[in-house]
Amino acid sequence: MDTGKIVIQIILIIGLAVPAIILLLPTRGARGLALRRLTMLAALIVGIIAVIFPSLANAVANAVGVGRGADLLLYGLIIVFIGYGLSTSAHLRKVDRQISELTRELAIAEAKPPAPSSTAAEEH
Amino acid sequence: MTAAGTSESAPVATPEIARGTWLVVPLYNEAPVIREVVEHTRRTFPNVVCVDDGSSDGSAEEARAGGAHVVQHAVNLGQGAALQTGIRYALQDPGARWIVTFDADGQHRTEDALRMVERLQAEPLDIVIGSRFLDGRTKPGLLKRLVLRAAVIFQRVTSGVRLTDAHNGLRAMTREAAGRIRITQNRMAHASEIVDQLGELELRYAEEPVHVIYTDYSRSKGQSLWNSVNILSELIFK
Ligand SMILES: Nc1nc2c(ncn2[C@@H]2O[C@H](COP(=O)(O)OP(=O)(O)OP(=O)(O)O)[C@@H](O)[C@H]2O)c(=O)[nH]1
Ligand SMILES: [Mg+2]
Repeated sequence: MDTGKIVIQIILIIGLAVPAIILLLPTRGARGLALRRLTMLAALIVGIIAVIFPSLANAVANAVGVGRGADLLLYGLIIVFIGYGLSTSAHLRKVDRQISELTRELAIAEAKPPAPSSTAAEEH
Repeated sequence: MTAAGTSESAPVATPEIARGTWLVVPLYNEAPVIREVVEHTRRTFPNVVCVDDGSSDGSAEEARAGGAHVVQHAVNLGQGAALQTGIRYALQDPGARWIVTFDADGQHRTEDALRMVERLQAEPLDIVIGSRFLDGRTKPGLLKRLVLRAAVIFQRVTSGVRLTDAHNGLRAMTREAAGRIRITQNRMAHASEIVDQLGELELRYAEEPVHVIYTDYSRSKGQSLWNSVNILSELIFK
């Protein structure tokens, strides 16, 4: 089953490379969020299908060269987990930046505007 | 020498420099020393803004008591974010011609800051960066020296800017340069970010030997070497 092994390897590599590329490309607003949601949705649907047709997982696993359906599910889980983790941390960094901007605006707005001080010596 | 590491006599700046310079001081839990540091530096540079970053020890009040302007972040963002806030604040004063970034923990010397501003005034430079390693006065300890060396080499490779000290908090820049630099790295990686931007913005820079004073106080509070791991990861995963 050497060709089969290659199939699952390709699938796994693509599964890991795609989130990596998405991570490196600059995301414009809605795409990252939409991708995260679609991924979750797809994972849930696959889960439901796997529950309804337990034998299906095995059949697909054999087709792509993995021994058991459970192994295939584990591989899938790992990919989804890593992709989700990466996209979430990118999202968090963006939120971080926004919080910084907000905090900065607030801090400057609340501070007394910077009138130049006389020298310390003159004050005494 | 006092607790803050400041000496008693204060250097005298020309009226032009005294009026036109703003010291931007990132401040985080330095209540025991900040008042003295502000009082001392204000004898040379009257305009001081401390950016308090959610300190829990009354640092802001102490800084105000010392005569500094205080801007307060509602939550702790980090030294880099504080510098960007302080610069924005100081540039609101149309008379601000030079911005100096200066640590709150008493490690920097006013003399050094003054020399750096004088260079900006006299030479065609946009920014002067302090370096601990141009002479032998500063004694940071062996491991720290090694980490800082590694940081310098990393910097040369990634930005092409050749400096001898990658993470020195003492810098002086012109109003124009301060307005162009954008610090987005909130925590300690901002130092490398500033150097990267020197390269990208093609700013004219020079280094000035400075003496960073390692008192027991600053040593007990300073950056742990673990932080270099954090800095590296912040630079890679922007
Ligand atoms: N606003 C703000 N300032 C900070 C923060 N952490 C440190 N600082 C300030 O940044 C300055 C330098 O901090 P240090 O921790 O001494 O770092 P360092 O001088 O680069 O490192 P050492 O060489 O070990 O002293 C001091 O004025 C601190 O008060 C922070 O989270 N927010
Ligand atoms: Mg320090």
